[in-house]
Amino acid sequence: MLSKFRVLSLVGVLGLTLSLTVGCGGGGDEKPAIQNRGSDTLLEVAQQWAEDYDAANVEVSGGGSGVGIAALIAGTVDVANASRAVKEKEAKEAEEKTGKKPVEFIVGYDALAIYVHKDNPIEEITVSQLAAIFGQAGEVKSWDKLGITIPGCDSKDIVLAGRQSSSGTYEYFRTATLGKEGKFGLNINEQNGSRALVTFVGNTPCAIGYSGMGYKTDAVKFVKVKKDDASAGVLPSAVTVHDNTYPIARPLFMYTLGEPEGAIKEYMHFVRTKPSQENLTEIGYVPLPEDKMTK
Amino acid sequence: MPLIPKTDGGSIHWTLLREKIIEILIYISGFSAIIFVFSIFAFIFKEASGFVFSHETDWSFFFFNAAWQPLPEESATYGAFSMIIGTISVTLVAMLIAVPFGLGLAVLVSEFCSPKIKETLKIVIELLAAIPSVVWGFVGLKLMNYVLVNFFGAQVGSNLFNGGIVLALMSLPIIVSIAEDAFKAVPDSYREAAEALGATKWQVVYKVLFPAAKNGLLAAVLLGVGRAVGETMAVLMCTGHNLNNPFSSEFPFLNIFDPIRTLTASIAAELGEAPRGSEHWQALFALGLLLFAIIFVINLTADLVVRGIKQEES
Repeated sequence: MLSKFRVLSLVGVLGLTLSLTVGCGGGGDEKPAIQNRGSDTLLEVAQQWAEDYDAANVEVSGGGSGVGIAALIAGTVDVANASRAVKEKEAKEAEEKTGKKPVEFIVGYDALAIYVHKDNPIEEITVSQLAAIFGQAGEVKSWDKLGITIPGCDSKDIVLAGRQSSSGTYEYFRTATLGKEGKFGLNINEQNGSRALVTFVGNTPCAIGYSGMGYKTDAVKFVKVKKDDASAGVLPSAVTVHDNTYPIARPLFMYTLGEPEGAIKEYMHFVRTKPSQENLTEIGYVPLPEDKMTK
Repeated sequence: MPLIPKTDGGSIHWTLLREKIIEILIYISGFSAIIFVFSIFAFIFKEASGFVFSHETDWSFFFFNAAWQPLPEESATYGAFSMIIGTISVTLVAMLIAVPFGLGLAVLVSEFCSPKIKETLKIVIELLAAIPSVVWGFVGLKLMNYVLVNFFGAQVGSNLFNGGIVLALMSLPIIVSIAEDAFKAVPDSYREAAEALGATKWQVVYKVLFPAAKNGLLAAVLLGVGRAVGETMAVLMCTGHNLNNPFSSEFPFLNIFDPIRTLTASIAAELGEAPRGSEHWQALFALGLLLFAIIFVINLTADLVVRGIKQEES
């Protein structure tokens, strides 16, 4: 009797799993499926693109650039989203395992804005000043050193706001200001998200922080960034990212394993068309320049 | 005899079997709690083992250095000092607020107020326990942050004091309900004897109830501490998450408006995107192991203390 019971329940479970898999895989129509995983920076726009695309079922998930690239190498996804370029080690691993190289598509840009409280009179800042403020070896701990007096910030200490160390934004800002081997100072208020960081800066008169340019509120303002003392201060915008005058902007990537074909190729074409690129602007990123978009 | 339903063949066997199966199921659910705890510990230990047993791990650095810098990978350092200090300081502040209020409330509820007020108070306190921690986090992030910056002149609104208040409110229900039980467990004959000797109500509480219930009160405080140490989401949102040491050698020794960073919040913030199996991942699990050990010691102590009461009663 017991064995009969067991068999019955086993059959039941198996049947349920089967019907579920069939239900997901078949879906009635004959659309091809594209698996898409990776960067959380790109997640929102990738989901938007997948929703707008009719010719295939695109399934998008996040997890981080490293997760997406690892999945691409393992063959579990067709397209990996990344807010950083594939590392040499990863490209080599892909070639060894699959015989194919990851092929890179730039699908947009993310400009990191420097945020301060709206009452902060600072107008511009150089990349080397940012390094001196955020770096471990940096000596600028007080707004006095920059010649700035902020109403509501009596102590004059610079309060640093950053992201948690596992985020792509943290990693990009670190290498862009401090170099590959550079380390951030310890006393940074690590915020768990871009919106949280901007809220923090908006609440704190003495604060300075970095985050994507799409998160600006009325409580904060952008600071112009200068490449070096000689160049002019630049605000983050589509124009200044395209002509390369804004120093802290990064390309956003999608990767396929080997030159894409068929449905994947069409999708890579789709994400770089003008209507898709406009989605980037809507959520605060920078689209490709017109001549790089696909028609 | 029709107590056992007759079906086609082997009916008695079926009934006995059913009894047996139910018995087994009850056993399984009983033991599963133990199995779960041990498997969680085994899992954390397994994930952390690469870090724990590595020859490169410098334990004095781990415990006494503030430099927790997982990037760049080549020169990463994992010092948990600031986080240990952060966890200790925020728990300390939370308990400095929650213990007097919690014990006071427990005295009020069990000794002073009328049954009607008592019921209302108990419902309100239980309601406090029902608020999810992410909601507390928002209270800290939005409301407390604003209040601390604008009315207390704090430089950063997300700080030790903010986290301490939120944690105090979160651990208050535990402290109140266990302390109230402890007061209830004191036999009425104690109170009657004291009153017969002419003691005022306050004297009864202070001279009789507190000494008689001291083990239960200690357990209440320890479980409150356990709650505060283990809380994650709320502290991540309201403490600033900054590797900072709020203690100083000068007066007032503890800067309550300094931002801090706790062990739990560090795991929550970084584990999601740390590459699986990497040194960073393992170091985060080592933090988890440390937390596990801290909570285990606190709960064990509380348990032993409570057991102390039961023996006294019998």
